[in-house]
Amino acid sequence: MAEIRYIDAINQAHHEEMAQDARVLVLGEDVGRKGGVFGATMGLVEKFGEDRVIDTPLAESSIAGVAIGMACNGLLPIAEFQFADFIHPAFNQIVSEAARMRYRSNGVYGCPVVFRAPYGGSHGTALYHSQSIEAFYAHVPGLKVVAPSTPYDAKGMLKAAIRDPDPVLFLEHKRMYRIVRGEVPDGDYTVPIGPAAVRRPGRDLSLFAYGWMLSESLAAAEEMAREGIEVEVVDIRTLAPLDTATILKSVAKTNRALIVYEDNQFLGYGAEIAARIAEEAFFDLDAPVMRLAGPDVPGIPFAKPLEEWFSISRGKIAASIRTLAAY
Amino acid sequence: MTQWTRQTQSTRETPRRKGGGVVSAEAQAVPGGKTTVEARHRALGLSDQDVLEMYYYIALARALDDRMWVLQRAGKAMFVISGPGHEGCQVAAMWPMDKKQDWFVPFYRSVAACLVKGMTVTDMLLGLFARATDPSSGGRQMPGHYGHPRFKILSTSSPVGTQYPHAVGIAYASKLRRTGEVTMVSIGEGGTSQGDWHEALNFAAIHKCPVLLIVENNELAISVPLRKQMAVPSVAVRAAGYGMPGVTADGSDVLECYRVAKEAYDRAKRGEGPTLIEYRVPRLGSHSSDDQQERYRSREELEQVRKRDPLLTFRAYLERVGLLNESTLKDIAERIRRDIDTATDEADRAPLPQPDTATRHLFFEGE
Repeated sequence: MAEIRYIDAINQAHHEEMAQDARVLVLGEDVGRKGGVFGATMGLVEKFGEDRVIDTPLAESSIAGVAIGMACNGLLPIAEFQFADFIHPAFNQIVSEAARMRYRSNGVYGCPVVFRAPYGGSHGTALYHSQSIEAFYAHVPGLKVVAPSTPYDAKGMLKAAIRDPDPVLFLEHKRMYRIVRGEVPDGDYTVPIGPAAVRRPGRDLSLFAYGWMLSESLAAAEEMAREGIEVEVVDIRTLAPLDTATILKSVAKTNRALIVYEDNQFLGYGAEIAARIAEEAFFDLDAPVMRLAGPDVPGIPFAKPLEEWFSISRGKIAASIRTLAAY
Repeated sequence: MTQWTRQTQSTRETPRRKGGGVVSAEAQAVPGGKTTVEARHRALGLSDQDVLEMYYYIALARALDDRMWVLQRAGKAMFVISGPGHEGCQVAAMWPMDKKQDWFVPFYRSVAACLVKGMTVTDMLLGLFARATDPSSGGRQMPGHYGHPRFKILSTSSPVGTQYPHAVGIAYASKLRRTGEVTMVSIGEGGTSQGDWHEALNFAAIHKCPVLLIVENNELAISVPLRKQMAVPSVAVRAAGYGMPGVTADGSDVLECYRVAKEAYDRAKRGEGPTLIEYRVPRLGSHSSDDQQERYRSREELEQVRKRDPLLTFRAYLERVGLLNESTLKDIAERIRRDIDTATDEADRAPLPQPDTATRHLFFEGE
């Protein structure tokens, strides 16, 4: 097994799926000879040609809309949005069309598109290259939303998403691309869309996160272990449909719940997890459900001190863990 | 000169008249002479049988339309949206298409086009009554949101313009998979203001997608007139901006509508890419059953617009060439009335969807 970067896992999944299924194709801005602005589609156009690796015009709504049409006519398109911040022009196509195609046709037409979008803040990404968009889309029935946190899951879940008969929004936290490494087997495998994963067992409190926040949370949990607080870290992985059972099982064990997400706190994704715990595990709780999330400002400001003020670091997570454990 | 510039040039020469009346090519070319007129449909490769069938579909669509409005007024249907006045161009544009192989991406006025493509009157009325067996959506969508997998009619939504990129994507897939399929997509002129419409044309032209891009221009987007929708004299001139041919045809001249569609279809088949076709059609009714067009259209305008009714102009043509007379017209009308009566009863008897099915088909449930 080789240890590879998150971005390499994404790239491998593309190569393998396109090689083994002629229906798979990629479309997006700069996905061709540049290989994507982050390198996710590197080497594809050389191997599979311009007909299957389409450098599109700079128009996100038609990237989604054309992909939907392709999917309705026998192809398995992967539509790349350069940054999740720029997916908004395609909101109508994804929400009104892709997510509803099967339901509105009473099961007759399916829409097997993968919408890939790098999301979240990295260094200097500012208001329009750092957004967390998952809450907008996870809200929509008929759309699957995933945010894998390891290279192994990134590759396996992207393959599962490509093979999925329904539309999947595949979110990749851009901070992870080159920082997060992990072991990925050589052969073909998939990671199912749906189940959450307990990444670190613990007795004192449950921490729920996904994407880059999962990495930071694991680091914070290690630090806490040295202080004697054992945190159970659950990787949500699939945001919709949500694996509520795994969440409730963890809370039943630890009796405390902390949810960490980078999006603005107000009506962010963690609010749904908090609500489910409150509704279904109320008598398991020894403390109020706690959220650590991004501040309610329009985005991550650019200047270094402002960016640090916004960012959810392992230090801030550790502080929240201490507070909740002491409650 | 390339083909598209030449054709776009001819678009600019299309006469536009105040009040929306466009004189039919037939009337201009042949003032009533039987031999010359007869040669018109034959010269286009249409048999007598073809034009009689085309008339049948136009008349069928109109009669179905009338029935749907009666049923709505009688409280049997919640809502109607349809295309009286649009039937001629729809039937003509669909005529070259292969009913089994080719794709159609409709909009809410595509009653006649869907009938020609293969949907039955019963299919459409099952949708009107929101029955469980409605082939478009099983009663989930409002009436007028057509779709039918057997006839490769894509499921329709309500946001205007979204269907254009879908059609282009379907056509791209046909080209990549070398299936030989052609796709036709329809929209009103109001929908051409949407970004999706423009993005779709751009993409289709770049990749020479085999698609007929139809705009049924009735000069009203609900109540908003053409002059407030666009500053250009016709939708078709926009084609030049994307590098594809654009043509305008008078929707009251069914044979001319066919001619331009056939040309575009053959182009698509030859791998030469998309064509933008604008049909100038009269809107004979209100936007929908929730609209009262008398509030924003004068009596004079409505009288004028009725003269452009393709049902009447095409009937007049067929009478002139001796293919229809009072007796055969009566037979056709009788057959249509009987068929629609039967279909109305059949659709009315069909069961409503059960509430416990409302969570079905959110995701794939297996073959």
